[in-house]
Amino acid sequence: MSNNPIIIVGAGQAGLQVADSLRRGGYDQGLLLVGEEPFLPYQRPPLSKQYMAGELADERLLFRPADYYESKNIEVIRDSKVTKISLSERCVVINGTRHNYQKLALTTGAAVRKLTIPGAQHPAVYYLRDISDATAIRAKISTDSARVVAIGGGFIGLEIAAAARELGQSVTVIEAQDRLMARVVTPFVSNFYLDLHRRHGVDVLLDTGVSRIDENSDGSVSVVLADGREVPADIVVVGVGSVPRSELAEACGISCGNGIIVDEFAQTSDPDVVAAGDCTMHKNIRIAAPHRLESVQNAVDQAKVAAATLLGERKPYDQIPWFWSDQFEAKLQIVGTSIGHDDAVLCGAPESGAFSCFYYQGDSLIGVDSVNRPADHLVSRKLITAGSPVAKHMVSDPDGNLKSLL
Amino acid sequence: MPKVNYVTHSGETYTFDVPVGWSVMEGAIQNDVPGIVAECGGGCACATCHVFVDPMWADKLANRSSMEKDMLECTAAESNEKSRLSCQLKVSQECDGLTVYLPETQT
Repeated sequence: MSNNPIIIVGAGQAGLQVADSLRRGGYDQGLLLVGEEPFLPYQRPPLSKQYMAGELADERLLFRPADYYESKNIEVIRDSKVTKISLSERCVVINGTRHNYQKLALTTGAAVRKLTIPGAQHPAVYYLRDISDATAIRAKISTDSARVVAIGGGFIGLEIAAAARELGQSVTVIEAQDRLMARVVTPFVSNFYLDLHRRHGVDVLLDTGVSRIDENSDGSVSVVLADGREVPADIVVVGVGSVPRSELAEACGISCGNGIIVDEFAQTSDPDVVAAGDCTMHKNIRIAAPHRLESVQNAVDQAKVAAATLLGERKPYDQIPWFWSDQFEAKLQIVGTSIGHDDAVLCGAPESGAFSCFYYQGDSLIGVDSVNRPADHLVSRKLITAGSPVAKHMVSDPDGNLKSLL
Repeated sequence: MPKVNYVTHSGETYTFDVPVGWSVMEGAIQNDVPGIVAECGGGCACATCHVFVDPMWADKLANRSSMEKDMLECTAAESNEKSRLSCQLKVSQECDGLTVYLPETQT
């Protein structure tokens, strides 16, 4: 049995940020960070981008080197599962050993959503969540004339499709909905990405269901579509969303919905437990409905809120969400939301490869999708955060001076 | 290994060996240099790794891409002709002794 005033369960970006913010905030008592993976906390976004393209070595994925944890006196237990949390006894069980806490932070992240169709268990079917997944996929898509099929036309499927295509492979993307990235961007932006991928030689099948995966005699597989057509593949990568890792919280009686339910202070239903990142169904005081986000921004900003709460400060979560995705030569940056917009103003020309869509609800700017226009993204983040009025005629001119509104 | 000097806004100098091929930003983050945030982890997506570089080093560093130029218009601290995003500065043997100056704020 050991005693640790604060235990953080989950050693991803949110977990590390809670630990770092606690130390920066002056917390000098015991701090234990426990994670399932054999690695120190590392960045996930490059796994489907620079790392997938072979441009980054493993050690460059680490957020911090080992001596950071020593110098900050953060105890890290890797490769270890928390099997139980007891709220009444204020303890967690790690590898069969009880660890008492005074405060607990849950940063357990999300797991990939699995396909349940026949043949989905085939070893040629991959998912991307961690370094070992990325290494295995990279090895496969780097072999000569590999036929790559991505099931799911979201960020993960499309980023891997782009990486594989740039390695010269033949690539098919299969999407059940009638457009790409339907959950996060508007039809206009979806169409730009459809054109981008097709122009680069990716075969994109929309409105297309997958009914099963068959093994062929040579060890490859065929992805059988709902209409009976077959797409042969040496590797299938599935990117059909994620599910929150809320099982530990649920088992100990913390309120959960689509994730661990937290308020705007990252507080769970237990007064001694906070939660942050992909695993939470949370409140943001700028956004009406509770929701769950899978992003770096949410992991970092919500973790800072959770750390403040642990330190006895009250800082409500109020950061505007932002995201990015790299596919071929196009950098997509999203700030705010397009959900609920009643007008959209275009700046720049999609044909030129650089444009932004500004989304309005009445006169209020609520979100911006930018492709290769990073300045629009950064200025819009500030404008939306400040709630500054942004006239529509100001955003439509590609050479306009949006920055002057700051 | 090339040495990179990071000078904070308050004037403290941190000197570290940074492996060839790494970015100046990674050298700062891995050594916990205060004053570089790097929200996006090196994706040229956030402009929170802004540094000032003496012009004498300009020919030993890659030129600014149009993307970097755009981002530099939007840094939290006012940018100038010495401004660079440190995630875009690749360390090479020729960079040995490079000094970068950190702005007052990144966010």
